[in-house]
Amino acid sequence: MVQRKIRVLIGKPGLDGHDRGAKTVASVLRDSGMEVIYTGLHQTPEMIAEAAAQEDVDVVGLSILSGAHMQLFPRVREELAARGMGDVLLVGGGIIPADDMAQLESQGFTKLFGPGTNTEEIAKWIREEMERRGDSGGDL
Amino acid sequence: MEAKQNIVERLRSGDRRAVARLITWAEAGDPRFARALSMFYSSIGSAWRVGVTGPPGAGKSTLVNELAIAHRAAQKTVGILAVDPSSPFTGGALLGDRIRMEDRTSDPGVFIRSMASRDSHGGLARAAIDACDVMDAYGFDEVIVETVGVGQAEYDVVSAADTVLVVLCPGAGDGIQAMKSGLLEVADVLVVNKSDMPGADRLIVDLEEAVELRSRKPAGEWTVPVVACSAGRGQGIDAVLAAVEAHRAHLADGRLEARRGEMREGQVRRLVHEGLESELWHGHGYAERSAEALESGAAPYDVAGEILAEIVGRLPGRGTTRTGAAT
Ligand SMILES: Nc1nc2c(ncn2[C@@H]2O[C@H](COP(=O)(O)OP(=O)(O)O)[C@@H](O)[C@H]2O)c(=O)[nH]1
Ligand SMILES: [Mg+2]
Repeated sequence: MVQRKIRVLIGKPGLDGHDRGAKTVASVLRDSGMEVIYTGLHQTPEMIAEAAAQEDVDVVGLSILSGAHMQLFPRVREELAARGMGDVLLVGGGIIPADDMAQLESQGFTKLFGPGTNTEEIAKWIREEMERRGDSGGDL
Repeated sequence: MEAKQNIVERLRSGDRRAVARLITWAEAGDPRFARALSMFYSSIGSAWRVGVTGPPGAGKSTLVNELAIAHRAAQKTVGILAVDPSSPFTGGALLGDRIRMEDRTSDPGVFIRSMASRDSHGGLARAAIDACDVMDAYGFDEVIVETVGVGQAEYDVVSAADTVLVVLCPGAGDGIQAMKSGLLEVADVLVVNKSDMPGADRLIVDLEEAVELRSRKPAGEWTVPVVACSAGRGQGIDAVLAAVEAHRAHLADGRLEARRGEMREGQVRRLVHEGLESELWHGHGYAERSAEALESGAAPYDVAGEILAEIVGRLPGRGTTRTGAAT
């Protein structure tokens, strides 16, 4: 019996020390039936991508409050791609201006949620996106 | 066909993505795993597998991290599997063991995988042993499995290891409690972690007494040592490693083969059970039949008895004793 679960890695790159938002999202995703790997504060993009590769996740969620999103998102994406994980869904939250959001999302496989977003909505969006994609754990 | 071959080749050539994807298949019960395993099974067996179990908060992940550091200092590579429970209600899980091993993530000699226990109906033991097989075949010298202990599923996971560490700490109950919980039975080495905390000495004495009470074994059998450490402070890790080494030496001359053979036999038995259950229950209408029989007022033992007699009666090689039961 093939039993797929959505696996999500929640990372917190950068130097700011608040992980309450990341933890809230992690528990909401868990409560919606996903397997959430939580990796703590101050992760480098390399560490996040490497952990995501070892855990073979479908989704990487980043929480960035430091304002460094325009550097960090593309760096994480690059590091993921370098590990053959270029098509992983990269989801982000934090204080990100609308223009930046549009620009990052236009680079593909990325979805950003602003500070006011209902967390349930994030879970719902991920689930729908994964359904749309179909089998993610195929041959390498 | 080509893709399957590919992932095994990639595993053999040191591609960590192949490790990750094979474990995903194992967890999902994907038939591609079984096919891949039969291609690399012959290259399994050189890793030493250590199971680490104990109550939540005892310091298992912290200790696993310290063990990994020590192995790396000795030029050995390490594969780690960290199992945490799934919620029985939502099926979701929050897997946080990596936090304690964070600095190992960028070390190419270490691979860490988190696993949720999922339905636990034998599925966990299957997936966990499969994951260890993958890490073994990849070539890690040491494979460490952390589980919260001990339910039946977790017991099956750790008892598949070559050496089982049971980690306890002061404040989480005394030696008698540990004995009642069945944790002592599975232990090859008892680790009292948080030796920096008050109560550690008392716990060590309790456990040593408990071990003595149990060890009415013939000479030459393994006596479970009680080892103290403070994983949080990185102290006493060498004593834990020395105990593992001593157990490993003890398992020489045939004992290791016997232990591993038993483990594989248990694995096959569980696979047959699992397969039979889904085959019979979902493929041959027994679920419907039992529902009907129950609805007509039959008692559960009678319904089960009738179904069993029918199945057993159809098995080859049962001779004449059972034929009367068949329809
Ligand atoms: N005082 C003390 N605390 C420790 C020690 N080892 C681990 N801890 C702490 O115990 C808590 C649980 O540790 P963790 O490794 O996550 O336990 P696990 O649930 O058994 O994996 C953490 O807060 C650790 O920092 C130790 O040797 N001494
Ligand atoms: Mg742990």
